[in-house]
Formats: sequence, structure tokens, C-alpha cells
Amino acid sequence: MNEPINRQIDRSQMTISDEVAIDIRNMNKWYGSFHVLRDIDLTVHRGERIVIAGPSGSGKSTLIRCINRLEEHQAGHIVVDGVELSSDIKNIDKVRSEVGMVFQHFNLFPHLTVLENCTLAPIWVRKVPRKQAEATAMRFLEKVKIPEQADKYPGQLSGGQQQRVAIARSLCMQPRIMLFDEPTSALDPEMIKEVLDTMIELAEEGMTMICVTHEMGFAQAVANRVIFMDQGQIVEQNNPTDFFNNPKSERTKLFLSQILGH
Amino acid sequence: MSDTHAQTVPFVRDTMLPAAPPPTRESGAVKWLRENLFSGAVNTVLTILGILIIWFLVATFWDWFAHSVWNASSLTECRQIIAATWGENARGACFAVIRERWNQYVFGFYPQTLYWRPTMAFGLLMVALAPVLFSASLIIRRVVLAITTLATLLCMMVLGAPVGWLVFAALVLAGGLLASERNIAWLLPFSLIYPLLGVWFLWGGSLWGPIFVLVGPLLGWLAWRLLAGISPLLATVGAILVTVLFWLLLAGDAAQSAQAVLPLSIEAVRSDRFGGFLLSITIGVAGIALSLPLGIVLALARRSDMFLIKSLAVIFIEFIRGVPLITLLFVASLLLNYFLPPGTSFDIILRVIIMVTLFAAAYMAEVIRGGLAALPKGQYEAADALGLDYWKAQRLIVLPQALKISIPGIVSTFIGMFKDTTLVTFVGLYDPLKSMSDAVRANIEWKGIYWEPFIFVGAIFFLICFGMSRYSMYLERRLQRDHR
Ligand SMILES: Nc1ncnc2c1ncn2[C@@H]1O[C@H](COP(=O)(O)OP(=O)(O)OP(=O)(O)O)[C@@H](O)[C@H]1O
Ligand SMILES: [Mg+2]
Repeated sequence: MNEPINRQIDRSQMTISDEVAIDIRNMNKWYGSFHVLRDIDLTVHRGERIVIAGPSGSGKSTLIRCINRLEEHQAGHIVVDGVELSSDIKNIDKVRSEVGMVFQHFNLFPHLTVLENCTLAPIWVRKVPRKQAEATAMRFLEKVKIPEQADKYPGQLSGGQQQRVAIARSLCMQPRIMLFDEPTSALDPEMIKEVLDTMIELAEEGMTMICVTHEMGFAQAVANRVIFMDQGQIVEQNNPTDFFNNPKSERTKLFLSQILGH
Repeated sequence: MSDTHAQTVPFVRDTMLPAAPPPTRESGAVKWLRENLFSGAVNTVLTILGILIIWFLVATFWDWFAHSVWNASSLTECRQIIAATWGENARGACFAVIRERWNQYVFGFYPQTLYWRPTMAFGLLMVALAPVLFSASLIIRRVVLAITTLATLLCMMVLGAPVGWLVFAALVLAGGLLASERNIAWLLPFSLIYPLLGVWFLWGGSLWGPIFVLVGPLLGWLAWRLLAGISPLLATVGAILVTVLFWLLLAGDAAQSAQAVLPLSIEAVRSDRFGGFLLSITIGVAGIALSLPLGIVLALARRSDMFLIKSLAVIFIEFIRGVPLITLLFVASLLLNYFLPPGTSFDIILRVIIMVTLFAAAYMAEVIRGGLAALPKGQYEAADALGLDYWKAQRLIVLPQALKISIPGIVSTFIGMFKDTTLVTFVGLYDPLKSMSDAVRANIEWKGIYWEPFIFVGAIFFLICFGMSRYSMYLERRLQRDHR
């Protein structure tokens, strides 16, 4: 599961700028009385590739779902691309059209073909003409290496292919930030690689990415920062080399020893 | 084969097997019989029992059917013919009543010279439905529309339609066929105005009435365009307000003035002349067309986060489902008169349609709510994450899937509603089953005839309902995608 990524990664375009993409300050969230996220502070610069790890139930999904407001936070601030997330619908829509999200279970629309899945949002949200949207969609489907599946329905594809369609679907909105919530954990081992390869290519092009994943090989190869969460808090963050070789907190050490199996 | 186990011998395949066609299924009538009817002791006993029951039914009714008389002008004559042909004690059906009175069962008391109008309305209804019901299959469309065209024109000719209207119908039907071959979406505008056209064909009167009814939504749309920039909610409310106000305050007078300036009218037919299947189908089609959208709105409202809207939907649905349809029909026929300002004439068929629609919509809402609940949460989240707003997400992602899941329930509701149209007998309308048969029996010639009209009416209801059921199965199959 956690084999190192054995391919050469082209870092020429992986540049991190000073521009802030996401700024989370003092953010807290409760589910009822359950304090699921506690005092989260996180600043993401454009071009950063962040991997979030942590035990199950630690709030990783909740955190990234707050960034495009699939979940609502109750205290603190989240500013995405200069837009503060509040209950203002206009801001939410603006943020959502800038932020792409890939889910663990793909969440493709089963009643639409692959191509329609990809063109739906550009046509209806961005008001792109159909022809142009289809051309863009084909380009991204080629990028994720499944242009020949464009006219199939999601149910006819393998899990790995579905997840790549889901990535293409997000990319068609030309997002500036991509969120991944365990994109490979519902996949068989051989399919994991094809999805990770797609994600690596995306990183090589300089996309700002936040990935919740247990693929530590991917984290080591691609991430510039690894964040470890536990009990709704950011416990440790560091560059991957130090994070894996030299973890500071006891919790991190325990987690790493469990997940890496030594 | 050798005596070594295959597993224990190292093995490398050096030739790949070519793909072979799947084995054809074993078949044969005997095999089928044995598997399905005589697979065990219990099954065998049940099969024999079933055969006995069928035999008993056939033996009882066969004589009656076999001795049916189709040509007679009264029940007495029928009986004489049966006695003369099959002996004094023979029993026989007298379907002559259908042959003689079919027009009443079909058209009620609609003026005989105008029978062609409902016929044309029905034919054009099929054209209007084509882009909705048969959008996917050119073949089915071609067959349905060709049959419709032939049947409508033939019937209209036989029923003595004026040449002008024959030409009109022929043009529309030909347009339907052409659009069906080229691009079925061309017919959608016709489908949209058909309700008004259909009403006009059936009830007649001035064309200006329907035209000004149509003007209402157009003004509403204009208002919406003007206000949309300010706020979508305001625009929606404004559009609805403008439309309704126009209908209530201006449409009637405007239609009258226009009629005075340029008379455009055909002979009017009052609602009490409607009856038989004309009435059932009118109420049924209107009820179906109106209850589906209303049911969708109610289902969405019931799942809404807004407390007021949700409560209203719950109260409405539970109230309507809690009372029998007959109660609502009585309210429509009696009570509404108390609430309406004196002197207003509010058409009884329209009132019944409203009640039937509300009734069906309440059931529809629950059926659709089931479909909505069956959608995985991930679908909503994916729609949200892509930036689709509530209405777009509902229209493009949620409803297509939820409605697909709900098709069997929706069609059941339609079928139930169509059969319930016979209940209008309780408010004095001539439904085909009871009131019409009573009316036929009221004639001295057909006094005492019971079974034959019921069988005839029942058979037609069965055909229509079975047709709907088959259509729903076709639709389900068509929309079958590999869901996961
Ligand atoms: N809708 C909800 N209502 C109440 N509690 C919730 C809800 N969603 C999540 N939780 C709780 O919040 C906590 C954090 O959940 P979250 O899904 O963010 O964890 P996670 O770190 O993504 O875990 P995993 O690795 O299993 O995906 C969990 O304890 C979970 O039970
Ligand atoms: Mg999670």
C-alpha cells in the first residue's frame, strides 16, 4: 500500500508563491456538542501540496470539507482566494467554483455519460458554450488517459477509471485549488497507482492541492508539507523528510509506526 | 487425462484461448413446463388446482360469451334472438347495447355533430406528448404518430369534420411526423401550448379566452426578466403575482373586447354535456399533467430546510391523504360555492380536476420523496462542490435520478387516479361506469342490462391502465443504467 512512488518527478513547475490561497484562522467546528475541529490554524500558499494524515475520526475530512463549505464552521475564519466563507451564498458559490473536490467514493452522476459529467458544471455554472465545454472536457479526459470512455456511463467503468473521471470533472471547472478526500482508499491496489499518477501530474503542473490520504509514498514524493491531525487538532506539521524520519510528537510516532508497520 | 492433479503440475499457457460465444440456453417446452409448473409435489398440486379454477371459470362464462348478440335494438330483441338461435334456456351476452350506445360511452352528451372535435383534440394530444413520452426512440415515435395520424384523420372524416379543420389537423399531424423524423424538440412549443388548444377544442367558445390565458405567463416572464437582476426570489414572486393578477383582473375583459373586435370562435359546449370516456380522459390527462409537477414541488418542499415551507407541505400532504377523494369532490361541488363570491360560475369539471390533482399530488409527493431519500448523499455533495445552486442541482442531478427511481410508484399513482375519475359520478357528472350506464338503462329499450356495459367499460379501463403500466416498464428499461 505504501510503496514509494517509483517514478521521476518533474519539480520544475512546483513552485510555491507568496500568495496565500487558503487562510484558516482559529477555526472551530462542532457536530452538536461534539467538538470536532479545535482551533485550526492553517495557511496554504499557492502551489503548495499538502498531505493531511491522521487516525480515523480525527477530523481530516471535516477540515477539508469546511474549505468548500460542504460543512459549516461555527467559529473562526476561513478565507479562500481572498473570499471569506460565511453564510453568504454568493461567496460560497464563488469559492466552490474555484475549488475542486475529489471524493473517496467518486460521486459521479450515474445518469450522465462521462462527457456529460465533465461538461455539466462548466455549462451550467460557468456558462461556457457546449461545444467549448466538450472540447475542454475531452482535453482533461485525455490528460487522465480515458478519452475513449467519454460516451460511457460511470457504472460501466472500473473504480480507478471512475476516480480519474471525477478528477477530470473537477479540473473542467478550471479550479485554482484541488481538495482530495482519500481518493484512493476505495480502490484496489492496481488502480491506486493510476489515480496517484494523475495526482502527481497535477502536482507537477503546479496545482495547489490538499490531500487527505494514507498513501505515505505519495506524501514523501509530492508533498511539501505533511500535516498530522488527531482529535480535531493539528498535532504536527513538517516537510515530509523530517515528518517521516524525525517525528516530534509521541502521537505522530505511534501513528507512523502503525501505518508504516515498523 | 493423466492421473496427476492439475494443480500440482507447473503449468504455463502457451496459446491463449479465443473468445467463444456464450452457450445458448437450453430450451424446449417440456423442459420449461417441468421447471416452472411441475418442479415438485406442491408445485404440481398448485398447477392442477390452477387449471381446475380456470376450467371452472371458462365453463361458466363460455356460453354467455359465445352466445353474444351484437345486432339488436333493445334488450328484449336481444333475448328473442338468443332464444331463437340457442334455445329457450340459453344465456347470452347482449353487446348490442355497446354497438348502439357506444357514442354515449365515448362522448357522453357531447353534440353529435361535434364529435370530431374531441377526436381531433385526442389526436393532437398524441403529437403534443410525442416529445415527452417517446423522445428516445424514432421507431416507436414513427409508429405511434403514423397510427395517430391515420386514425385521427379517418375518424374525423367519418364523424363529419369540416374540411377546414381536417386540413388543420392534417397539417399539425404532418408537422408532428416531420418533427419526429428530424428533431423531436421542435414539437416542444406545440406541447407547451397544447393544453390551451385542447381546452379550446373541447369546450369551444372564443379563441381569445385561451390566447389571453397565455398572455398571463408571458407578462409574468417579462416581469421576471425585469426583476431577475434585483433578486431571484423577488422576480419569482413578481412573475407569479403578475400572471395571477392578469388572469383575475384583466384576461376576461380583454378576451371579450377582442372577441367584439375580431370574432374568432367555434361552437361552445357546456361542461354538463361531457360524459363517458371523454370526461374520464379529460380529467385523467389534466390530473396527470398537473399532479406530477405539483407532487415534485411538494416533495421538495417537504425535504426543505425552511421550517414554514416544510410544515405547509407536511400539513397539506397529510390532510389530503387523510380524507377520501369523494370528500374532496363533494367539497368541490357543494362547499366551494359558499366560499366563492356569488354569481361566479366556476366550471364543475375544472373544480373536479383541481381536486383530483391535489389528491394525486399528495400521493405523488410521497412517492417522489421516497426517490429523493434513496439518492446517496454524495450526489448532493458532488453537485454542491461543483458550484451548482439548489435549483440546478435539483433539476440536473437530483430529480432525474429520483424520478427514475420513482417511476413505478408514479405510474401507479397515475393509474389509481385515472380509475378514480369514475368517482365523479357522486357529484353528478357522467362517468362511463356508473352514471353513463344508468343513463343508458334509463331508456326503456335497455332497461335491465348490467353486465355488458360494465365489461365493456372495464375492458377499456384495463386497456388504458395496462398501456400505462407497459409504458412505465419500457421507460424503466430505457433509463436502465448501471447504478452503483
Ligand atoms: N455529520 C456528522 N454528524 C456528527 N458527527 C460527525 C459527522 N460527520 C463526522 N462526524 C464525526 O466527526 C469526527 C471526524 O469525522 P471525519 O469524517 O472528519 O474524520 P476523518 O478524519 O476523515 O476519518 P476517516 O479517516 O475515517 O475518514 C468523527 O468522530 C465522526 O464520527
Ligand atoms: Mg474521512
